[in-house]
Amino acid sequence: MHVPDGFLDATTSVATAVVAAGAIAASLRGSRRELDDRSAPLAGLVATFIFAAQMVNFPVAAGTSGHLLGGALAAVLVGPWTATLCLTVVLGVQALLFADGGLTALGTNITLMGVVGVWVGYAVVRLSLSVMPRRLSSVPVAAGLGGLLSVVAAALTFTGLFAVGGTVPVQVDTLLTGMVSVHTLIGLGEAVLTALVVGTVVGVRPDLVHVARSLRSPERLPTRPGVHS
Amino acid sequence: MSTPVLDVRGLTYAYPDGTQALWGVDLHVHRGERVALLGPNGAGKTTFVLHLNGVLGPSSAQGEGRIEISGMPVRRDTLAEIRRRVGIVFQDPDDQLFMPTVRDDVAFGPANLGLRGAQLDERVGEALERVGMTAYASRPPHHLSFGQRRRVAVATVLAMRPEILVLDEPSSNLDPASRRELAEIVAELDVTVLMVTHDLPYALQLCERSVILSGGVIVADGPTRAVLADGELMAAHRLELPFGFDPARRH
Amino acid sequence: MGAEHGHTLHYHAHSLVHRLPAHLKIASALGFVLLVVATPRGATWPYAVHLLALLVAMRAARVPAAYLLKRAVVEVPFVAFALAMPFIATGPRVDVLGLSVSEPGLVAAGALLAKGTLGVLTALLLAATTEPADLLVGLARLRVPARLVEIMGFMVRYVDVVAAEWRRMSVARTSRLFDARSPRHWPVLARSLGVLFVRSYERGERVHLAMLSRGYTGSLPTLAAPAAIGPAQVLAGAALPTVAALALAGQAVLG
Ligand SMILES: Nc1ncnc2c1ncn2[C@@H]1O[C@H](COP(=O)(O)OP(=O)(O)O)[C@@H](O)[C@H]1O
Ligand SMILES: [Mg+2]
Repeated sequence: MHVPDGFLDATTSVATAVVAAGAIAASLRGSRRELDDRSAPLAGLVATFIFAAQMVNFPVAAGTSGHLLGGALAAVLVGPWTATLCLTVVLGVQALLFADGGLTALGTNITLMGVVGVWVGYAVVRLSLSVMPRRLSSVPVAAGLGGLLSVVAAALTFTGLFAVGGTVPVQVDTLLTGMVSVHTLIGLGEAVLTALVVGTVVGVRPDLVHVARSLRSPERLPTRPGVHS
Repeated sequence: MSTPVLDVRGLTYAYPDGTQALWGVDLHVHRGERVALLGPNGAGKTTFVLHLNGVLGPSSAQGEGRIEISGMPVRRDTLAEIRRRVGIVFQDPDDQLFMPTVRDDVAFGPANLGLRGAQLDERVGEALERVGMTAYASRPPHHLSFGQRRRVAVATVLAMRPEILVLDEPSSNLDPASRRELAEIVAELDVTVLMVTHDLPYALQLCERSVILSGGVIVADGPTRAVLADGELMAAHRLELPFGFDPARRH
Repeated sequence: MGAEHGHTLHYHAHSLVHRLPAHLKIASALGFVLLVVATPRGATWPYAVHLLALLVAMRAARVPAAYLLKRAVVEVPFVAFALAMPFIATGPRVDVLGLSVSEPGLVAAGALLAKGTLGVLTALLLAATTEPADLLVGLARLRVPARLVEIMGFMVRYVDVVAAEWRRMSVARTSRLFDARSPRHWPVLARSLGVLFVRSYERGERVHLAMLSRGYTGSLPTLAAPAAIGPAQVLAGAALPTVAALALAGQAVLG
């Protein structure tokens, strides 16, 4: 759903750019709590994965292409603030170097995928975790759910923006039906992939999963006898 | 005795997945010593080494114990100085070299220490000369041979002027000539050295003292010749001398 | 995976454009695209001027047009959308080649195609003439927040790591008679994505640990002083947006 140059009118583009800039500023501040010594490379890797995932495109009825978003995956792995930064980087690189999504539509794309996608995904994950048993195995299920709903939320937002500031007079209900039905399908794919990736990572490196941190408990390690120098 | 350069007490560590790698390590190394840290695969040698400059530690997972470098405890607030004092040459030079040219890579550490201009150039030049790689300064590291890359990796660390040089399996994957050249470089150096290896002749050639790390604890500590000659000890910890090698004879 | 793109986009040559400092090129590309987007729909010759200016820049960069066109395929789904628009859009209808299509849809499709194509070619030209490492330096000089540049730096580095790790894993899989095309094997493929994530992280983690070990605190030390920018370079960088601005101004005056 990368919005190209000239797709939405100037007012809408500027408005979403302001939203995106505000979100990035807040995320730069918020992410300081999420980032430590080793989380910058983790954020970079999450960005790489999302970059690759977004290359898998599906045609969407009545127009644009749809693809995996990765917002929920990023939020689960690195926390929502850093996730917004990851998506910003991915979308920026795509716009600058790959011509995927217009440079002037960058604000719109960041708002859709980096703010709506990330925060809806994160909220759903947190909410579902709060009603599920406090176990690591709950995390992938919650992540999958977050993946599904984040995609649908982003598609709805896109349709809304188009209804307000689309430069082409397309029937909004045609677009809405097309976007929602296709993105529900994409959302199911996103749910499965998010759950599987998070499930594997939580199994071997729970320390790399942001939302799983509170689920671990420290204990004293045993020792063995040795010689002393 | 003076303050040891390296003072480790009761070090335990479990990786985030729960694998416990260190089970209470105690080790002291004094200034000017060259110590070989021997042990079978999976003994915890690399895990131990990564604790010495605070790359691994309680904050990255679970663990306890204390480490001091020349009297300075390894803590969050001392990390910058600790990382200047402890120079680690990683097992795989490809993990260590990440800048576009050899010169930039060697300059990376001293530049982080705040050196610039002529001072920086001097540090870089000196380190490259010590490992005989001056002629390759403007080449990209990934275009060098494996042995050359390991030498550059040593230079990146020497450029920090560390108090203790820690080498993780320095002779692995080297052909015999590169292996010998690296030994000559290490023998020339005037710093405290902790050398992780399972190349036993290498340990004997370069280090007067050896310790064996096995099952996450130090199980032996003594003069290298005596440690290698203890057949029972060696066999118990899966350390095998190359065929025809006799530690009692001068090589 | 498409992960190899980081390098294949760059076209090696020694041209004036390749030598321009990255931050100038980024600013120039951004300014140009903004002006292209601001060009009103229905206009024709300003688009021709934009395209001409871009072609001159491509020529100066010594990047073959075929090279860029091949990489412009990212635009395909979007072209399909533009082509569909005259049929699905509302409004008064006209006959084109015997087909009844929406007139505003037709105009919008034309403008979309023109803007989209110009935008895509500009971005590709920037990528073809700028190494990823220089791009990072350029973004930092344009005051992009350090945290974003840092994440982008790790992303660029991880692209290679992930691609290499993925290749290793697929060799291991195919040598055990795994067939990625058979749907029966897709669950395995999906699960191996998680493994790929952890393996790539751990591979890159060691590099990061090596950086930390040598005193890295979040930003790469700038080893070389930034090269002085000559007036000729500023002129060259400003050329593209200036021409576009003139075309726009001309259009406003002449209609
Ligand atoms: N990142 C890791 N996560 C979990 N376990 C690990 C990790 N790295 C090493 N281990 C385990 O810790 C133990 C010690 O490993 P290591 O220190 O690499 O041994 P050595 O260097 O002596 O061969 C081994 O059992 C190994 O499997
Ligand atoms: Mg090891």
